[in-house]
Amino acid sequence: MISEHEIEVLSDLARIDLSPEEKHSFHHDLESILGYISQLQELQETQPEKQDLGLVKNVMRSDTPSHDRKQFTDKILASAPNTKNGFIEVKKILNND
Amino acid sequence: MTNIDLKNLTIASTQSFLKEGGTVESVVQKYLEEIEQKNSDLNIYLEVFSDAIEQARVVDQKIKEEGLENLPLAGVPLAIKDNILIEGRNVSAASKVLTGYKATYDATVISKLKSAGAIFLGRANMDEFAMGGSTENSAFGVTKNPYNADKVAGGSSGGSAAAVGGDMALASLGSDTGGSIRQPASFCGVVGLKPTYGAVSRFGLIAMASSLDQIGPITKNVADAETIFKVIAGADELDSTSAPYQFNEQKKEVLTIGVPYDFIAEGVDGEVLENFHQTITKLKEAGHIIKEVSLPNLKYSLAAYYVLMPAESSSNLGRFDGLRYGLAGTGDNLLEDYKTARAAGFGQEVRRRIILGTYVLSAGYYDAYYGKAVAVRELIRGDYMEAFDEKMGRVDVIMTPTAPTPAWTIGDKDGDPLKTYLEDIFTVPVNLAGIPALSVPTGFNKKGLPLGVQICANYWAENTLFNIGKVIENFTK
Repeated sequence: MISEHEIEVLSDLARIDLSPEEKHSFHHDLESILGYISQLQELQETQPEKQDLGLVKNVMRSDTPSHDRKQFTDKILASAPNTKNGFIEVKKILNND
Repeated sequence: MTNIDLKNLTIASTQSFLKEGGTVESVVQKYLEEIEQKNSDLNIYLEVFSDAIEQARVVDQKIKEEGLENLPLAGVPLAIKDNILIEGRNVSAASKVLTGYKATYDATVISKLKSAGAIFLGRANMDEFAMGGSTENSAFGVTKNPYNADKVAGGSSGGSAAAVGGDMALASLGSDTGGSIRQPASFCGVVGLKPTYGAVSRFGLIAMASSLDQIGPITKNVADAETIFKVIAGADELDSTSAPYQFNEQKKEVLTIGVPYDFIAEGVDGEVLENFHQTITKLKEAGHIIKEVSLPNLKYSLAAYYVLMPAESSSNLGRFDGLRYGLAGTGDNLLEDYKTARAAGFGQEVRRRIILGTYVLSAGYYDAYYGKAVAVRELIRGDYMEAFDEKMGRVDVIMTPTAPTPAWTIGDKDGDPLKTYLEDIFTVPVNLAGIPALSVPTGFNKKGLPLGVQICANYWAENTLFNIGKVIENFTK
């Protein structure tokens, strides 16, 4: 149903390092979970119409600033592991060399 | 007045105690002593707030100045699940990924509780990011059941339920995505409410699966759940899925109770089933009408849930990248920073669900899994609507056991995630449909473990749940 190589690709997509042992055990777990989930396929004929229960409507607000400039900046920066000059600092994305 | 009996204390009796001149400080002090005695064994609180007594003094002062009238929760000491934000305090969702994080704002439910005079005792343990049914997935150790320390307290709001069941809080808040309030409430012999989707604001709740999550109270009796629910319900402009709540005070004397007999026929523990049938018999004797209902699509609910929930979780948990808060990554570049922070920060079950969610949303599998699951969700909603439909010989409520088994032994289900997932069979369909449900204690099995029943009602019919819940809780008093 799913290959160990796929687990590797998925862990890349999900931005999570997995150890080789984990790849193996996750493969086993996902096989069993997907096996269970596949009972959904029994229902291939039925595509029910979405029922309008009158419960759902769009909620809008005007596109204007909702708070003062820099109102939360200090609080937010205080949580960040690395900051520099009032910014959150991250490592380089591109290597120049 | 000096004698505070924690076992029998309720919100109502706390109010009378304060009216007669008792102080909030003495109530809080009593709870802190109980916590001091028991918490190291049971691991219910991840943190007990050092300013609890100060909070109590502030409320005592407020009562002196303004009286009790506008403080429906005056001096009610609460445990708060560790995924609900209280400004300036640590909050971790029981995960290492949020190491060192302090909430920068109050969740809407917290502001409401504060205005109502409640006291926050501490952060209650849970399964990491609310993923699990036993708190065995907490990064900070399992919470033990106050009735039997070899057993789990249930989950994911295990700490919140055990705090109330073990008299270490008068009430608590939990969150419920697939049963996370009701199942631990049932395991710990207390009342748990999963409100109608949209009834309570989730602003400030660390999101798991946004189309399913709701915040709700865990209490010792149904009246307390009702009191807290009335305080926290209502529209919030900071949560666009919340809606105005009009509490219906109507009370029907005779209720029609639907039981999906075929749905509960298989896989349910013998004593659980016997206890459930006893409750149904007593309801019949009390003059209520029992009727079989058919909910043919509920058997697919777990399959649909284990597609939708991981899909939404994998998206929601994308924000934990170690850049803006929490555990920082240790890679050589940005990508490696993400991958190392998330590998070190998330526990095994969280990573498993993120990978599963990523899989079911990936191109080529989307229609087979996610599309199908959405369709099934509509079928389940339809099943309930038909059962509650006035024209089709409606029922007022639908009842099942809350969980197919009583609390299991710690470690018993280790290594088989699917086995734990199947424990959610009765609670999950309620979240998929978005209807409200209440778990009420109905006694104990032969080993002394608490059992409970789940009552489900139509959208916004919490009043019906409270009415019938009060009838049921009296059977065991």
